[in-house]
Amino acid sequence: MTAYDPIELKRIRWRSRRGLLELDLVLERFFAQRFDALSPAEIDAYKRILDLPDTDFLDVVNGKADLDDPEEAAIIEILRSV
Amino acid sequence: MRAALQLSEAGLKTAVLSKVFPTRSHTVAAQGGVSASLGNSEEDHWTWHMYDTVKGSDWLGDQDAIEFMCREAPKVVTELEHYGMPFDRNADGTIYQRPFGGHMSNFGEKPVRRACAAADRTGHAMLHALYQRNVRANTHFFVEWMALDLIRDADGNVQGVIAMEMETSEIVVFQAKATLFATGGAGRIYASSTNAFINTGDGLGMAARAGIPLEDMEFWQFHPTGVAGAGVLITEGVRGEGGILRNSAGERFMERYAPNAKDLASRDVVSRAMVTEINEGRGCGPNKDHVLLDITHLDPDVIMSKLPGIREISIKFAGVDPIKAPIPVVPTCHYQMGGIPTNYHGEVVVDGKPVHGFYAAGECACASVHGANRLGTNSLLDLLVFGKSSANSMIDFIKQQPLELPQLATADVERSVARVERLNKQTNGVAVNDARTAMQRTMQAHCGVFRFKDMLAEGVEKILEVEKMVQKTEISDKSSVFNMARIEALELENLIEVAKATMISANARTESRGAHVRDDAPDTPETPNGRDDANWLKHTLWSREGNRLEYKPVNLQPLTVDTIALKTRSY
Repeated sequence: MTAYDPIELKRIRWRSRRGLLELDLVLERFFAQRFDALSPAEIDAYKRILDLPDTDFLDVVNGKADLDDPEEAAIIEILRSV
Repeated sequence: MRAALQLSEAGLKTAVLSKVFPTRSHTVAAQGGVSASLGNSEEDHWTWHMYDTVKGSDWLGDQDAIEFMCREAPKVVTELEHYGMPFDRNADGTIYQRPFGGHMSNFGEKPVRRACAAADRTGHAMLHALYQRNVRANTHFFVEWMALDLIRDADGNVQGVIAMEMETSEIVVFQAKATLFATGGAGRIYASSTNAFINTGDGLGMAARAGIPLEDMEFWQFHPTGVAGAGVLITEGVRGEGGILRNSAGERFMERYAPNAKDLASRDVVSRAMVTEINEGRGCGPNKDHVLLDITHLDPDVIMSKLPGIREISIKFAGVDPIKAPIPVVPTCHYQMGGIPTNYHGEVVVDGKPVHGFYAAGECACASVHGANRLGTNSLLDLLVFGKSSANSMIDFIKQQPLELPQLATADVERSVARVERLNKQTNGVAVNDARTAMQRTMQAHCGVFRFKDMLAEGVEKILEVEKMVQKTEISDKSSVFNMARIEALELENLIEVAKATMISANARTESRGAHVRDDAPDTPETPNGRDDANWLKHTLWSREGNRLEYKPVNLQPLTVDTIALKTRSY
């Protein structure tokens, strides 16, 4: 369970609606399967990832690129697995 | 954003409302490029581009608007270059141009290089260039705001929109001297769509509720092979490498439809065969709603080397490893040709007259340059040309208006607030997901890429039933902050307007033209490929009230050149 600000969680949920269908589909599953179990630090890392442009975000999810930050990279691993 | 830039640079106070951060709109998905007859790589001319566009439209495009767009193309692309768009370049520094399907030189003679691109990220680069420029011009962005309804006064003049701030669910009136919709398409009306979740036709729903008809909504572009249930495209190269389409009996059904070309038949032949198999009960899966694309017989090394990414897409979005099992696929909706009726000045036109203060551009608008089928790369061009022209029209209009805003008409505001109130108070209602799924399945089954008379007639009944579900949607979460359930319920109220317009318009148009293909439209010398110019060379106008259909003639008269005469469309 996380002690994250519930308003912020809802904002994050909306910001996970993207311009690319592939991301919408992956993030929808991520929320259904994995998001609720994330720690506050992991949610912070996910929030930072959401600031990526859609095209870069998709490249990372598809394994065509990687993120340097280990916390962000760990979230990307989850996104690649859902 | 192209329009906002023009308005802000003219010194006008400009507000842009967007559900998502502006650079995350669905334009980001446009990869192919933007067309302009720059002639950087070889001889090209705007009249050739115009011919290709008219032919692509199957002569349903208005030739004045098409001439305007093709003539303006080199100008708007060069402007975009000056805004900092990182186009691919030739060694001499000019914009590199590549060939693209349907782009021909000398009136259909041979392919020509006309598409300007920024790698495979043209849409993304365009959004960023325009956004940066808008920030510099002091455009005011209202991000994470959803427009709910149009405000019209007693004479029908548009006074602005009612919008909801997502963070608070506060409803606010944005009164404006001029209002432009650039709200994109509504591909989410279909079960299988390449469109992102945000593409819910909000502008179309708002226009329909405000009594503005929607034009040519029966015309949607489809791609034959999207992953069933997801919409992610499987490239046609898979069939090129030996992929075989199979029905529920495992039969290679393309042998019956195209004995020679088989699975390599053209896009429309393959789509048609797939839909026929599904309609005749030979579809796969529990709902018998898709077919299978089989590459299990191919050498895994070929799959990995020749079809990179396909295995990943299939595993990720279809849940199958195509080396071991076939991929479920279905014809998938991609682009909406119809929309809010406008002229080439970007003014919304009803009964032959501009609606004062109302403008539209891009996929939500119908100028009409795409007619019955869009030429690849003309969608980004549409944004640039008509974004700019509508802004210029807005500037002229605003200059003629008194300095003070008129008295706000409140009837539409009250109706809009009541609509949200209904949703908030609904009990014993229908779940939004259930209503949306019913709509998407109905559209996919009854009004997909290939259409049948009886299915369409039944589809009209069914979609009107779905509308009743939408009118009774209920949300359990009534909170105010970023309430996604409420947003999705409101989006569905927009989608259903588009779905009705599409089904009813398609049912009525008894010919085949461009992307609207009917099984019962006979191929005769008078009606080649089912196209019936004597009766159907006209635009459909669907009105929400009473689901009324009217028609208006296609403008075959360009602005300065001769008419491109009617001809059978073949490639």
